Amino acid sequence: MHPAPSVILFSTLSGLGFGFLAFLGWGALLPSGGAAFSLWGLGYGLAVAGLFASTFHLGNPKNALKAFTQWRSSWLSREAWASVATLLILAPVALSDIFDLELPRIVGQIGGTLAILTVLTTAMIYTQIKAVPRWHHWLTPVMFLTFALAGGAMLSGCALAPVLLLAVGAVLVAVWQVGDQAFAKAGQTLGTATGLDRLGTPSVLDPAHTAGNYLKREMIFVVGRKHAAKLRKIALALSALLPALVLLLPLGVYSIALAAVLHLAGALAARWLFFAEAEHVVALYYGARG
Amino acid sequence: MTGLPGATEKRLGLVIDLDTCVGCQACVTACKGWNDGGIGLSDQDPYGADPSGTFLNRVHSYQVAIPDAPAQVVTFPRSCLHCDNAPCVTVCPTGASYKRAEDGIVLVNEDACIGCGLCAWACPYGAREMDAAQGVMKKCTLCVDRIYNETLPEEDREPACVRTCPTNARHFGDLADPDSKVSQLVAQRGGYDLMPDMGTKPTNKYLPPRKKGPGEASPLAPLLDIKATGIAGWLDRMLGKI
Amino acid sequence: MNQPRVETQREVGDEVRQTTCYMCACRCGINVHLKSGKLAYIEGNRDHPINKGVLCAKGASGIMQVTAPSRLKAPLRRVGPRGSGAFEEITWEEALSTAVAWMKPLRETAPEKLAFFTGRDQSQSLTGWWAQNFGTPNYAAHGGFCSVNMAAGGIYTIGGAFWEFGQPDWDRTKLFVMFGVAEDHDSNPIKIGLGKLKARGARVISVNPVRTGYSAVADDWIGITPGTDGLLILSLIHCLLEAGKIDLDYLAQWTNAPLLVTEADGPEKGLFVRNAESQPFVIDRRTSHPAPWDGKDVQPDLGAEWQGNRTVFRHMVEEYLKPGYAPEAVAARCGVTAARIRQLAAELADVAFNHAITLDRPWTDFRGNEHPNMPGRPVSFHAMRGISAHSNGFQTARALHLLQILLGSLETPGGYRLKPPYPKPIEAHPTPHFVSTPGKPLTGPHLGYVRSPDDLCLLPDGQPARIDKGFSWENPFSAHGLMHMVIPNAHAGDPYRIDTLFLYMANMSWNSSMNSARVMEMLTEERDGDYVIPRIIYSDAYASEMVAYADLILPDTTYLERHDCISLLDRPISEPDAAGDAIRWPVIEPDREVRCFQSVLLELGARLGLPGMVNEDGTPKFKDYADYIANHQRRPGVGPLMGFRGNGEAEGRGAPNPDQLNRYIENGAFYQAHVPEEAAFYKPWNAAYQDWAVKLGLYETPQPYLFNIWSEPMRRFQLAAEGFGPRQPPDHLRARLKQAMHPLPIWYAPYGDEDAAFGYPVHALTQRPMDMYHSWGSQNAWLRQIKGHNYLYLPTKIWVEQGFQDGDWARVSSRAGTIVVPVAHMAALNENTVWTWNAIGKRKGAWALDADAPEATTGFLLNHLISELLPDRDGLRLSNSDPITGQAAWFDQRVRVERVAAEDHPRGTVEPMFERLPDPPRAGGGRDHNSSAKNWTASFRRKFVAPVGGET
Repeated sequence: MHPAPSVILFSTLSGLGFGFLAFLGWGALLPSGGAAFSLWGLGYGLAVAGLFASTFHLGNPKNALKAFTQWRSSWLSREAWASVATLLILAPVALSDIFDLELPRIVGQIGGTLAILTVLTTAMIYTQIKAVPRWHHWLTPVMFLTFALAGGAMLSGCALAPVLLLAVGAVLVAVWQVGDQAFAKAGQTLGTATGLDRLGTPSVLDPAHTAGNYLKREMIFVVGRKHAAKLRKIALALSALLPALVLLLPLGVYSIALAAVLHLAGALAARWLFFAEAEHVVALYYGARG
Repeated sequence: MTGLPGATEKRLGLVIDLDTCVGCQACVTACKGWNDGGIGLSDQDPYGADPSGTFLNRVHSYQVAIPDAPAQVVTFPRSCLHCDNAPCVTVCPTGASYKRAEDGIVLVNEDACIGCGLCAWACPYGAREMDAAQGVMKKCTLCVDRIYNETLPEEDREPACVRTCPTNARHFGDLADPDSKVSQLVAQRGGYDLMPDMGTKPTNKYLPPRKKGPGEASPLAPLLDIKATGIAGWLDRMLGKI
Repeated sequence: MNQPRVETQREVGDEVRQTTCYMCACRCGINVHLKSGKLAYIEGNRDHPINKGVLCAKGASGIMQVTAPSRLKAPLRRVGPRGSGAFEEITWEEALSTAVAWMKPLRETAPEKLAFFTGRDQSQSLTGWWAQNFGTPNYAAHGGFCSVNMAAGGIYTIGGAFWEFGQPDWDRTKLFVMFGVAEDHDSNPIKIGLGKLKARGARVISVNPVRTGYSAVADDWIGITPGTDGLLILSLIHCLLEAGKIDLDYLAQWTNAPLLVTEADGPEKGLFVRNAESQPFVIDRRTSHPAPWDGKDVQPDLGAEWQGNRTVFRHMVEEYLKPGYAPEAVAARCGVTAARIRQLAAELADVAFNHAITLDRPWTDFRGNEHPNMPGRPVSFHAMRGISAHSNGFQTARALHLLQILLGSLETPGGYRLKPPYPKPIEAHPTPHFVSTPGKPLTGPHLGYVRSPDDLCLLPDGQPARIDKGFSWENPFSAHGLMHMVIPNAHAGDPYRIDTLFLYMANMSWNSSMNSARVMEMLTEERDGDYVIPRIIYSDAYASEMVAYADLILPDTTYLERHDCISLLDRPISEPDAAGDAIRWPVIEPDREVRCFQSVLLELGARLGLPGMVNEDGTPKFKDYADYIANHQRRPGVGPLMGFRGNGEAEGRGAPNPDQLNRYIENGAFYQAHVPEEAAFYKPWNAAYQDWAVKLGLYETPQPYLFNIWSEPMRRFQLAAEGFGPRQPPDHLRARLKQAMHPLPIWYAPYGDEDAAFGYPVHALTQRPMDMYHSWGSQNAWLRQIKGHNYLYLPTKIWVEQGFQDGDWARVSSRAGTIVVPVAHMAALNENTVWTWNAIGKRKGAWALDADAPEATTGFLLNHLISELLPDRDGLRLSNSDPITGQAAWFDQRVRVERVAAEDHPRGTVEPMFERLPDPPRAGGGRDHNSSAKNWTASFRRKFVAPVGGET
């Protein structure tokens, strides 16, 4: 799949944002005043920036409001509801924190849980795509959730953060391990895609069209194996191992900031790989597994 | 709307005969021409180094390695299969992507499409292409603006690709009706689904290439031993026949 | 459920105009839908005899051809050096007066100094007539590099041909065998026919080195070695004879098999024994005495020997029963196992003799014998480029016709059927005319059918009279001329120099020439302060590669903006059951300073005062081409169109009808005259058909004839080569004339095979894709997205031996040159053959494409490898053509293939790469796109997000 900057930014930033909002809602930090304003601002900023980035992936964003209509069947629609609901429910909590309004914490806990559900809906957008076997696995939501929880914990200075970050690493390794087998396991080949497996083993002779098209640009992206291996190491180190170590450094808020920067960079790399390495079965028709 | 209608009364679709398709691409441009006049299918950089455009039907060409026989070439048209269990429909957040209850045609309501591309991701068959000029998703409509179009002569109320196909390799009809021509073809020729394991339950069917190879006529027996009889003997035997 | 309302009643347009397609040579009927006067949609015309409603990829893309930015927009005069592309726009008056100023002195002093050659011309009966009246012997269209082996091989043998001049009886044939049939001619009719066979489950076999397209759907594929089809066919004949599986009755009645061949040495040897009335005769089985070949109730004796003279049948049997034709003897050469050859022969015999059919239609033959029904042998054949483009193509075409004859299937139900005006014997065709006299027309048409050396176009000194050396000893039966030799011969001054080269629709500086790179040099070479070819006038509708090499450009219209006539005088659109002709008419008006070339030609003719084009007072006889189509008469009562003549009711013959074109338009732009049922088969001998053909004006008297298994015209050339007769060939051509002009179909190795010994072992072929017509497709925004560049396909053997990988290139060389091109692997391919799609490669800057378009950077031509000459022997310039017809032998091509690894070819572009052609003034623009939603997000996406692609 084409690793479009819009979707990478969207899913990474909003994942981190909603993760952090969850911790804020759950009361992991309980800040007040200016500090509360900054921290809630960061959470909202990340989440909203991510959502905004996602609109660049839309060909026709003027209809965006219609995306709320299909929550019964569409994960994307559910995500729209969940994200808006989260942001709305947590808003009084944030105001309460900033202005010490003493809103019952239960509201924050509900909002925080909704934030995690939002991340789950995002993950499910990808997980549901059977045509991309690498995504179509329970590890996909686990990965998204682990990233959100670890990121949230990290930004909240939660003691569990290093553990969660290491969990991110473990999940990434698992995702790659499982993912590398996923396409073969799904069992789709050019033979099944064309039904010509009844005859023998097909391969591409002449391209259907030598010119480009949406499918080739959007669904068929071939990433070099060596390049991917290197990026995986970088993603693993930056998103999980290094921030976990950095958090153990006695630098207070600076270690959190440094860990966050490293983690975000690693998360972007991991997310780039999430798309770039995902092979859509339509690529079979074009003789690629892209 | 993104819900699927369940069993539809009719299942309109195509049956594509891979034993007959010569890969001439006629259906590709007939589709482009008709639908460009309807929903609009744009081209980018049409005379440039990197041309690109929206097409709803593409014809691939494959070679098939076959054990103990010469390789075969099969040309393979690919377009929307109008699946019963269309994943492109259920993923749509706006309801723009839908399957019609009355005939099973899968359509995009462009007025509601946000161009998120998720339906194209969900489709295993590459049946959907986002139009770069309009920013909305395009797909085969089964020429819904032909098949019911009373401004056209009745014989023309079939998809443009079917009307133009020079070898008659494309057949249009109701696959819910076991007596329809298309259902009969599927039954007789072993019509099959693409990627059945994807669970999409396609309406369109493909008819497999027939078995190929040398014929079964018995070898010709020599009239006589020409070496022994010479041409004269051959002439005698042959012309005695008249 | 609440579904959106869908517009199902869209009106396509507000008007439909029916005309004839010109996206290739197929000439299908089209419905052009207009909306507010603008093109909206093009589809096939269901009532049209050629396409019956269907339309190919090209036809359905016509809208993009008519709006292509490559369209020329005004007459041009060259102002810079030739080839530089520097032009100025001029008025039509300037253009026409310039052309007249160049041509008039030539007509008055030396008409042969004007050479007029047309490419994919569909108006040859006009262009030929014009050249005839100008008085130059130098005229032909492009048939010499296209089809002449098939046309001439057929006409000399059966009085008709493959290509589009006949077709299998699609509704009845049970076994259909194709030899070298690709998608390049008669494409929709063949596809429709294949569809019918497939629907019936009839069997289709393809003999072709490449298994694509029609070969891909064939039930069996024989991947023959190029150039050996004739040998395979003669081996099949051997098998059939050996088993006695031939139709003796058919041979005795309808062919020259029972005629007697002179045995005695001397100038008559090998010619038919003739009686006192100079008629050949047969021996009647009933009496054992001579009897007229066309006598009623005569039972010709195929095995007769009379006064020491044996029948054609005996000669034939003796020839083909030779062990050299046995499958075991030819298998290795053909690349087909003996068992498969025997199997194919068995299949042919089985269907022809065990599954024969009979139509219950009584008929009477030309001898007056009555037949109660029409027996048919439902085996049919078709053949095209794979046979015709070889230097043994003429004889191979003859061999295939002989095979059909022996099976008794030709012109019978289920077999191959000819389309009016065919069948037509050699005797009903003209001989070539060539004597040029200053200020006078030729005495007859240029192109014809030579019967003997007496008909050759030779000057008194024995030199060729035509610039292309057509109808000379080098290629005596060159019925279509040799367009591929015009520029090389004019450049070499061999046989002489010319002054003005006048070309129409012929991309000679690129894909329509052999050795294109050298041709470009020939066109620009100077000598004594002038170009070697001093003046070039060119007419084309588009900015093709040839435009840059012309001095004066006469811009033509597109096919929807013009009149045309597809005439029985030329290449009509007949079916076996009906003669058919058609028109084009301007369904839209040109929006630029372009004119229908045929109207321009008529105006030039009038300004030059050419006979037939001016009235007695010197005023133009025809206002334009439309006027000519309706009012010109070739013979009294016979004009370009057969329908709606006289008062509008006359068919075939009748006075000109001023309303004729309107009647055609009302009728869907075509007309059909139906063959009566009892005349539909056995046409060459069917009295009802002959009478119908005379009534229609196809000829003046009935022309029944026998199929020519033994060709007397060919034997006459052999006799000349043996030293008999007053007209003698040059010594260096005697041996090859003796070999090639064998009166029976024979096989000899294609001349290109000699290159194998010099390190060029691999056969190299091209095929025209079904979705492109020569160079025209690339300017079409839809078609070029399908095939914007090409690969050289390599068979598994070469791929594996040299360790080719995906993404690699190959250096391909021949004795003419070297190219470096991208490759791909193909398993379903003859193991000694490589091939590519034809004419995808474009020169940078041509056809209004960007200079870095894939057509120019990774698309390529094989033409650069193909020499127009055979290897030099003693300074003789022998063309690389069939020695009988002059058909360009581009399928003879042999090459060497060497791997160039992708990493060793970092530039990633093809070689040779020619300088970019400057862009001539042209219409530009392209089609307004109807998509309204050109919104900001699209351009934003293009710049920043990319996945959805760009917008221009």
